[in-house]
Amino acid sequence: MDLYSLTISEVRDLLDKKEISAIDLVNSIYQRIDVVEEKVRAFITITKDKAVKMANDAQKKINLAETQNTLPLLGIPIAIKDNICTKGVRTTCASKILYNFVPPYESTVTSRLIEQGYILVGKTNMDEFGMGSSTENSAFHVTKNPWWLDRIPGGSSGGSAAAVAAGECIAALGSDTGGSIRQPAALCGVVGLKPTYGRISRYGLVAFASSLDQIGSITKDVRDAAIVMNIISGHDACDSTSAPIPVPDFTAVLGKDINGMRIGIPKQYFIEGMDEEVEMSVKEAIKKFELLGAIPVDVSLPHTGYAVATYYVLATSEASSNLARYDGVKYGFRAKGKDLMDMYMNTRAQGFGAEVKRRIMLGTYALSSGYYEAYYKKAQHVRTLIKKDFEDAFQKADVIVTPTSPTAAFKIGEKTADPLQMYLSDIFTISVNLAGVPGISIPCGFTSNNLPIGLQLIGRHFDEETILKAAYAYEQVTGWHRRKPGL
Amino acid sequence: MKYEAVIGLEVHAQMLTESKIFCGCSTKFGSEPNTQTCPVCIGMPGVLPVLNKKALESAIKTGLAMNCRISPYSRFARKNYFYPDLPKGYQISQYELPICEHGYIEIVVDGAIKKSGITRIHMEEDAGKNIHESAPPKVDGGGNYSFVDLNRAGVPLMEIVSEPDIRSPREAVQYMKKLRTILRYLSVCDGNMEQGSLRCDANVSVRPVGQNELGVKVEIKNINSFRFVEKALDYEIRRQIKVLEDGGKIIQETRLWDSTRVITESMRGKEEAHDYRYFPEPDLVPITVEQQWIDEIKSSLPELPDIKRQRFISEYGLPEYDADILISEKSNAEFFEEAVKKGANPKNTSNWIMTGVFNYLKEHGKEDINETFLKPIHLVSLSRLVETEEVSGTMAKAILYETLDTKKIPEEIIKEKGFVQISDAVEIEKIVDDVIVKSSKEVERYRAGEEKLMGFFVGQVMKLTKGKANPQMVNELLKKKLSIP
Repeated sequence: MDLYSLTISEVRDLLDKKEISAIDLVNSIYQRIDVVEEKVRAFITITKDKAVKMANDAQKKINLAETQNTLPLLGIPIAIKDNICTKGVRTTCASKILYNFVPPYESTVTSRLIEQGYILVGKTNMDEFGMGSSTENSAFHVTKNPWWLDRIPGGSSGGSAAAVAAGECIAALGSDTGGSIRQPAALCGVVGLKPTYGRISRYGLVAFASSLDQIGSITKDVRDAAIVMNIISGHDACDSTSAPIPVPDFTAVLGKDINGMRIGIPKQYFIEGMDEEVEMSVKEAIKKFELLGAIPVDVSLPHTGYAVATYYVLATSEASSNLARYDGVKYGFRAKGKDLMDMYMNTRAQGFGAEVKRRIMLGTYALSSGYYEAYYKKAQHVRTLIKKDFEDAFQKADVIVTPTSPTAAFKIGEKTADPLQMYLSDIFTISVNLAGVPGISIPCGFTSNNLPIGLQLIGRHFDEETILKAAYAYEQVTGWHRRKPGL
Repeated sequence: MKYEAVIGLEVHAQMLTESKIFCGCSTKFGSEPNTQTCPVCIGMPGVLPVLNKKALESAIKTGLAMNCRISPYSRFARKNYFYPDLPKGYQISQYELPICEHGYIEIVVDGAIKKSGITRIHMEEDAGKNIHESAPPKVDGGGNYSFVDLNRAGVPLMEIVSEPDIRSPREAVQYMKKLRTILRYLSVCDGNMEQGSLRCDANVSVRPVGQNELGVKVEIKNINSFRFVEKALDYEIRRQIKVLEDGGKIIQETRLWDSTRVITESMRGKEEAHDYRYFPEPDLVPITVEQQWIDEIKSSLPELPDIKRQRFISEYGLPEYDADILISEKSNAEFFEEAVKKGANPKNTSNWIMTGVFNYLKEHGKEDINETFLKPIHLVSLSRLVETEEVSGTMAKAILYETLDTKKIPEEIIKEKGFVQISDAVEIEKIVDDVIVKSSKEVERYRAGEEKLMGFFVGQVMKLTKGKANPQMVNELLKKKLSIP
């Protein structure tokens, strides 16, 4: 049996029945990595020695458990996106400016995983600071789509999505600012969940755009997404933007009937010029929902057309400030300079990649005196309208269904010369971050040349349960998620 | 042409909280560099601020004491600029929606009470400190280095911004002193200007008297003592008037006060002014303050200086001057009141504190009455001794000084030094007779009308009794004896 290809719930069962050990599992994962990583290049840092130690510790705990083990993630090998701080393990954000940064503290999410006894497989590649949709903006290397190695895995959590799809880990954490979990999950044929803003602590997530960033999971199926959510959700005293709202058992709703659930279809998301195969798959998925008893309803999200522009003003404004701390003074990369200003300029000129610099400049401009009202403030107003669009739509619908990405995975290098084309890759995911609502991407088919297509389900604030329930029901009657790339 | 100055002050007050404003690090002053830091206050990637509720409470207290409106909804903003002592590349401050607005404090100007407006009070974090030194040669070839100490980074500050209501350097000092008094009453800031826990920037413009329109304003930075507030403003106002009288124009700029050269110097012009690119801090939720909490804080406020001043005048019959001085330091006011409540005479007690104690503190480089051995009960004893005429006023002063200096209680000093007033009429008469006999020339002159010689006779008696004779009795006896030929 290829242990590396299993889901959390599958290996949990085997571990708890002691049919396999955590060490067997870790060995399987690293054997897989030995075989495929050279092709996929999903990781920036592989933490094999640490993982073996963690597996030994986990197995001891499993052995000690007299009755059934109660820690769902005990002994589970998980990959972590390289913008989530792991104490003592280099965390680079795929940037030269942090190429040597080893955090002296642990993020809240990984602390919760450590309490579980998880196994850190490694730190995954990404677009530098989360800025990109293809993982081509990594200062280290490009990650390949496990389905077609000449294609991008999506981004910015491309390393996490590719690692899950390629069986280089059982599950992964990513972060999503404008689609960075859902879009690569869609393009790699796996499940990506971006929870409600405030559901999960951001403490230890290196900020790109604070009001939009959210940590979430990339998993092989919907049940695993619910399992990971159960562990990492909930208020954290270290993050005042994390919501003091009770966390339900997200697995409890799985398998429940979706009969009568209203599935909202926003007309603004089915547009001229959209990839035909994507459109077809999504429409078929809607039919599947109907067969399951759900009721399709038309909804309108009238400000959708402004989402990309709004996002690129707000996200870059926040980024321009969030990235100011990388100045060569305290940690990370420092270039020489003849005086302070010179050192600052050389450090940032050499330390940041082109896309990061582009966004810092854009954001700095948008916040500048004389432009603030026209850009930042205006964008905040539009954001409020977009939020209201969703509130209105959720009067009529319980979930909203859209394609996750307008196209399947594109070729490496295809869009690097045209940032605007690249930005449009997130056109269906960005509004969800602006509204702060939860969204999940699940596999809903393949193109004729065998590239995965993703379906996005969007829910109300703090109602991940409904989208998990719907996604699970769909997954049970389709099975797209069980297809594996032929690496 | 006569000109008037228009002055507004921006005062930064370091709050007296145990921990920093956005993390749990200690705010203690003077520790080894970078020992009071954590990932949050050194701006590590991925960290988030969490507001210290004590800092918020201090700001609300201050706002209430300065008659401000407390905003039920306020928020933090980021002020963006690059500097090595600013670890995040931005300072978390408040901009559009500060915690307190529209207040005032009362100051005494030319004997009259004036309301001086407070525009706003907001919270923010302090920056660290750059230290410029030469590094030993083994460090990267040696040479001049700048080191960064982030112990102070994240220490909570309040910025108290005044309305441009102040019209003279003296008034500015009055305003600063009153601000300091209130902050110290509330125990929200120690008010130490030398250590930098109270810092002042000033906006100054001048205009011809009678003109409504404001002149071009200049900002002066780096004013770090009351003396310098007056001197810097004085210099700047003269400079501006001279520029205008010479037919020049005032340039909007920021100037730095140089206390050794006693001048202000241009630091940067309007064109070089920073664009701080303020925007709402997305890492902190907006601050909502319930009215109930405001009411609770209000009811827990100590008696404030203005009210105490009024009460000292009406309840203890103190002159305004005494009341003003006593209330300006809470510890003095409390000391005074405790002594009086235990039976000391108010005016005597006030005199002893304002002269004896203050002189002693000054001589010994101390600041607070509680740093001495003196206790209110000692003034109660002293007061009783004077009232029963066991000691004279002069002796009381000497005893007070001894108590301050030797840690001995007044009764002990009296015993040791024989500080007991001679009120025995027979004994005094003997000495008076003695003096009259020995000073026949002066007696003649006195009797010839040179009455001011009375002082001389009293002095002689006091000299012989080492100041212990009851002065009233001496006076009476001398008058009687000298008038009879």
